[in-house]
Amino acid sequence: MPEITEAEVRHVASLAKLALSEEELARVGRELNRILDYFAELQQLNTSEVPITSHALPLVNVYREDAVGESLSPDEATQNAPDGVDGYFRVPRIVE
Amino acid sequence: MPLQPTIGLEVHAELSTKSKMFCSCANEFGAPPDSHTCPVCLGLPGSLPVPNRQAVESVIRTGLALGCHVAERCRFARKNYFYPDLAKNFQISQYDEPLTHDGHIDLEGEGQPVRIRIRRAHLEEDTGKNIHLSDGHTLVEYNRCGVPLMEVVTEPDFRTAEHVREYLYTLRSILQYLGVSSADMEKGQMRCEPTINWIDPDTGERTPKVEIKNLNSIKSVYEAVKYELARQKRAAAMGEEELVQETRRWDEAKLVTATMRLKETADDYMYFPEPDLAPLAPEPEWIEEIRASLPELPRARAQRLVVDYGLPAYDAGVLTETRDLADYFEAVAAAVPDAKLASNWVMGDVRAWLNQEGGDISTLPLAPTALSELVSLVAAGTINNTTAKDVFAKMIAEGKGAQEIVEAEGLAQISDTGELERLVERAIADNPKIVEDYRGGKRKAIGALVGAVMKATRGQANAGLVNKLLKKKLG
Repeated sequence: MPEITEAEVRHVASLAKLALSEEELARVGRELNRILDYFAELQQLNTSEVPITSHALPLVNVYREDAVGESLSPDEATQNAPDGVDGYFRVPRIVE
Repeated sequence: MPLQPTIGLEVHAELSTKSKMFCSCANEFGAPPDSHTCPVCLGLPGSLPVPNRQAVESVIRTGLALGCHVAERCRFARKNYFYPDLAKNFQISQYDEPLTHDGHIDLEGEGQPVRIRIRRAHLEEDTGKNIHLSDGHTLVEYNRCGVPLMEVVTEPDFRTAEHVREYLYTLRSILQYLGVSSADMEKGQMRCEPTINWIDPDTGERTPKVEIKNLNSIKSVYEAVKYELARQKRAAAMGEEELVQETRRWDEAKLVTATMRLKETADDYMYFPEPDLAPLAPEPEWIEEIRASLPELPRARAQRLVVDYGLPAYDAGVLTETRDLADYFEAVAAAVPDAKLASNWVMGDVRAWLNQEGGDISTLPLAPTALSELVSLVAAGTINNTTAKDVFAKMIAEGKGAQEIVEAEGLAQISDTGELERLVERAIADNPKIVEDYRGGKRKAIGALVGAVMKATRGQANAGLVNKLLKKKLG
């Protein structure tokens, strides 16, 4: 059974922008491994006769026609944002 | 064996639909910030996306035009990343199941046709825009966020920057012919990211892949590919600079590429199937309907112009650059006796006017029938080319017909033999020295005599006739 390594936990944490302490890294690692163990158990089921499911609903081709409807006003759009100016959302500068 | 360049392209094209990909906000450029947003494209909790059928059709249309297979069934995927150009922290895209796949575009090459394989053409949503301020803030606006975006990915089949350039011109013109995208790179409606490395065909050894961003014109792509190929080759040969897998940014001012960030791998985007959207399973009847409605594509049209109108291949290539220009030419040519003459006018004066005004053919205040009238007057010898150019300018400026202008201003060529004979005789009498030269064997001297007659008639004499009369009189 492949174990998730500490390096993998660090990588996933950095992708998720999570700052984990050493203690948390160890704990999360153990928890993720328990989840993997559970999936390993599921893997033992014989599913060769079961069609692959990629979606929970038995639906395909749900479309809308290409027509313009109502939009929010810039004020409405930005009203819940912590910071905004002139219809823009404003965030801390994201590039150097 | 020497190292071989390996170049693949990702091209993104904004689809020219009326509304966005997953909501009914307008797909419109240049509106006030955040005036075309709603809970769906802002990623507000509880909102649900619904795909735009027209956008799906546009990708199928493009796929078919590129010889791709249309998937019997495919799904959307979430591409997860942290960057505020999308409010919901992921982009709805396609990953393991693209809508269309495995086609090709054939290039002319340098007389040697080159086939570029298309890996896939899939559907996703465009991102919003960030404006980085010097005061420590970034402004974000989401009008563009959720606009339908098609991604066309090639196999790494390019060996030269020239082929990359030809591919982009070809793809752009195909997208414009299909009417799926305006595909103007300067306006960001078409964007291109090349991935470049060198490979040793003998050992299979290769330099790390480098992707280039910030390319805003086909010319920039061409320059950047040339630069990057040279940089990597130099680095591989000299070992002065370590090559790494990365994304580099094209610096338009300095004409160099510079490190932007280390390249992510697909794993880093944590793709997973989009649970909010039902899979697509385009019906075969729909696909055949779209296939049947494909227009004649630029290359086929150019070949037809050569056959139907007897045009040189060069003319046909220029005239078919855009569908509108080709339509215009065909409308003019249908009503004149000389298609090559019509081609000269459309390629020459019409295109010169468009370049000068910066517009497309729809802005030309001259209907095809108006130009046919002018071309027919030239073909019939009623006016000569020089006069015709003035008439062309007057037609545009004054909105009058060619015949009307020629009659009102008495511009018709003088082909009256009696009148021309008098003028020829006067030219001979006035220029004894030139006549002597001519009779002494300097046959070219006749040009000066023709010139004298043309001058006397303000350019309206039928030059061919003058020439003939002069030769007869001079014996």
